[in-house]
Amino acid sequence: MAGDINLNDLLRRYRTHPFEDYVVETPHTGRLQLKVEQGQEVKGPSGKWGQKPGTLLFVLERERNPKKVYSRNTGIISEVRTDLHEAFVEAREPVLTVQHRLNKEEIIDRILKEVLSIYAAPQRARYFLVPEIAAQIEKNIEKGVSIKKGDEILIMSLMKRDTILEYDGEPGVIYKVYFQSGQTVEQGQSLLGVCPPAKLQYVQKVVQRIRTEWDE
Amino acid sequence: MSANGIDMEDVSKLLNALIDRINYLIDIKKDPEWADLDELLERAIALRNVQFELSGTEYRNRLERIEDRVSFLEDRVAEKLTPAEIVNIVRSPQRFTLQDILDNVYDSYTELGGDGERNVDPAIVVARATISRRVKNKIYSHQVMVIGHEKGRGEEFRNGGSAKPWGNAKALQYMKVAENEGIPIHFFIFTPGSFPIEDYPGAAQQIARNIYAMARLRVPMVSFISEGGSGGAEAIGLSDMRLMGSRGYYSVISPEGAAAIEGKIREGERVPKELIEKCAEQLHMTAEDNLKLGTIDKVIDEPRLGARRDDFAFFRRLRYEMIKATDEVVLSTKSFKTFRAYALRRKKAEESESTTFDVVVNWSLTDAETKRLLAQRSRKYRDMGTSFVIEPEESSLPGLKDVKEGLKNCYYEARYGLLKTHRRNFQKVLAEVSGEGSVIIRTVTEPVKAAYDFVFPEPERPQRLHRANGVDTQSIFLEEWEQYVSPLANEDRTVTCPNAEKYGCQDLWVPDLYGESCGVCPTCGHHFPLEYQWYLKNLFDKDSFQEFNEHISSGNPLNFEGFGPRLKRDMQRTGRHSAMITADAKIRGIKVVVAMLYSNFRSGTVGTAEGEKFVRACDRARITRRPLLAYIHTTGGIRIQEGTLGVVQMPKCTLAVREYIDSGGLYIVVYDNNSYAGPVASFLGCSPYQFAIRSSRIGFAGPRVIRETTGEDVPPDYHAARNALSRGHIQGIWDRKDFRKNLYDALLHMGSPSLYYR
Repeated sequence: MAGDINLNDLLRRYRTHPFEDYVVETPHTGRLQLKVEQGQEVKGPSGKWGQKPGTLLFVLERERNPKKVYSRNTGIISEVRTDLHEAFVEAREPVLTVQHRLNKEEIIDRILKEVLSIYAAPQRARYFLVPEIAAQIEKNIEKGVSIKKGDEILIMSLMKRDTILEYDGEPGVIYKVYFQSGQTVEQGQSLLGVCPPAKLQYVQKVVQRIRTEWDE
Repeated sequence: MSANGIDMEDVSKLLNALIDRINYLIDIKKDPEWADLDELLERAIALRNVQFELSGTEYRNRLERIEDRVSFLEDRVAEKLTPAEIVNIVRSPQRFTLQDILDNVYDSYTELGGDGERNVDPAIVVARATISRRVKNKIYSHQVMVIGHEKGRGEEFRNGGSAKPWGNAKALQYMKVAENEGIPIHFFIFTPGSFPIEDYPGAAQQIARNIYAMARLRVPMVSFISEGGSGGAEAIGLSDMRLMGSRGYYSVISPEGAAAIEGKIREGERVPKELIEKCAEQLHMTAEDNLKLGTIDKVIDEPRLGARRDDFAFFRRLRYEMIKATDEVVLSTKSFKTFRAYALRRKKAEESESTTFDVVVNWSLTDAETKRLLAQRSRKYRDMGTSFVIEPEESSLPGLKDVKEGLKNCYYEARYGLLKTHRRNFQKVLAEVSGEGSVIIRTVTEPVKAAYDFVFPEPERPQRLHRANGVDTQSIFLEEWEQYVSPLANEDRTVTCPNAEKYGCQDLWVPDLYGESCGVCPTCGHHFPLEYQWYLKNLFDKDSFQEFNEHISSGNPLNFEGFGPRLKRDMQRTGRHSAMITADAKIRGIKVVVAMLYSNFRSGTVGTAEGEKFVRACDRARITRRPLLAYIHTTGGIRIQEGTLGVVQMPKCTLAVREYIDSGGLYIVVYDNNSYAGPVASFLGCSPYQFAIRSSRIGFAGPRVIRETTGEDVPPDYHAARNALSRGHIQGIWDRKDFRKNLYDALLHMGSPSLYYR
């Protein structure tokens, strides 16, 4: 089955390389001064609002304006172009790579994102599942609830006005409900993850396996 | 009675009292090892454990030995109390709180708007109370409104008496109730400072509103200070008589805060104890110091180590003093004779340390008396700290200045007061008569009007803004730019806009940025700070900016160590004598009075000199009926090195502003860069028209203070002008390039008809 191969590939890919590589480029031309070394651990922004910048990667000076470039991700410097140190560089020149090790949840998230089609909130409002669907989900925990285009799935409640939303994506089974009934959801946030029926069982298996077997 | 012959209950009480006394000494010294206090405490506790094993005499002997030692140590501590120790006394959990005062000083009370934790802000307690006095064996009661901070006895929800903005709003609400009912208000100040949060109504803005209202509250007010923490204290501190406990403190900042600033201690690091002690001394925060500085009126004697919850003699004294102070305020509004008679009797009473009264004074005031009360309050606060203002005498003739002032007042009163009102009435009659529509009547009234206009010419009016006219809508900076370029532009380099990542702003070439762009990022509109001189040159009409009172000079009234040289350095660097610039200026022909705080001089902090200059600017604007513009380039708050002399600038300046606004003036505040603390919480925050230049920050306390006080971090843009606008603290945000135009619009459309050009 095409879906199986796809998922197997995905899993293998993460097994052999459980990292996400972030390549950091120069934003513009200038004289570059590296501040990190190969293999060094770097940190991404921290603080409640991400207000504290991450590790300083390099300084790029142009027109006597030294611009500091900070790491946006946590990880290890896997590659660094030491030949660029103290040299003039062009814009969009890759300088170094931050290798971020993925954890279980991040991998599951990534796999689900690739396999599932996500139904996102059209606007900030409180959301409820349509009663029939809610009842079905409760009944068929194992099998899941199939939906197709045009089905009424959600009630969007805003300022005492209820609007019924119809599903408009690919037909499939509701794999995951991302919100609690009656919860306020911001615009663009995920509401439902819908899985093609053929892949459903397999996805469940893969996720289960990652949860239990993956060692970090 | 126990077997060993002594009353165990009594002994237990004695022993517990002793343990309390030892703990109190530890509180004061903040050092259990001082004179082996910890060992003494252990001995006392051990004695409690063996009380049934010892014989009566042995037990009593041991008890007496401990008591002797405690008394001896108390004597030693009381002999020389340092200011830091007084702060410890005030903060001790054994010190009396407002609850004790309500229970012991007043006969009965009803708490309003609160019951323990069920309260909009449990740190502020409001109560309708009855206080009574005995005169010739008869009891007379008075109704008062009691408003104060409740530190709580270990009750966490009281927040240590640190009032939230809505707590101060509650205080204001009940002040107005008291005003309505015509009963005096007794304030009790027990606060380490206001809770520094910006949520509506805003820490700074609510304090400003309170001070603004208290400036003209039509009832007698008496305040008592135990712990007077800066702005928090002022929120309920402006009163006709300010009393202070002899072991209280009243200060511009906590000694720890001052030490952190003075010692440049980084966040999270421990402030050395010696530095805190030194700062406590330098801040002149004790009752004695404050009496000398004239920031309070009277010191109420407490027991030598401070009054505690069970010092009933002190509460009796406090009751007497509160009544007497209210009497004095009320009588001072009455004819001179009555007051003198009372004063004589009072003197006698004081000699005998009596707590009884010879007379009953009715605390309600007539309209005339209220007027006198307000006038006195105004004088009282205007005079505060003036003796510390350094002002070289300008004229050789001492009386000449007063004569000049008097003449000026008469001129403006005649021109824009009497004549204008007269003229307006005349015009109204004329308009009504001609408005009948009869051509015949108009032919009669026209010559009369022409003759009248000839005799009383209309003052020169500024030209209106014509939007249709191409000349007017051109850049207002066009001409000026050829003359003034910010020195910041003289650098060949680029800078990065702080929003570059968010909006993708290009790097900005400095000569362009500070030249043509007026320091504004062309992509995102971020405003880079500019020096204050830029505004002097670009905001006002050419050559119209004429400073006055520039000779008034900031000083070091408390001889704060190390501050003199710093002040001198700033004076040399800026070529000015204070952080406040006051001037006459014109904006498109409209004459305005300008008060400016700028960053280069002690970060725009306000002290006695700055306050005095501001008050005089208010008076000048009031007399000449010109609009008053407070342009705040930057202010870092009250100058801590001036201690409470700085703090009293808050009520003083607010009072002057209030009088100016009440006289029909137009007071516009424009914030730029950073505006924080005291000034925002008083004479700036009370303005009905407050605007901010884009990208500026406005707030009560900076992020570090908020973190240290509330234990919670704040977002990086917490104080941003746009957030101040969303919270309702300001009325609008102006772009720097539109400043002059917007200001001119404001001058034309805001304010009352009593402005000179209306």
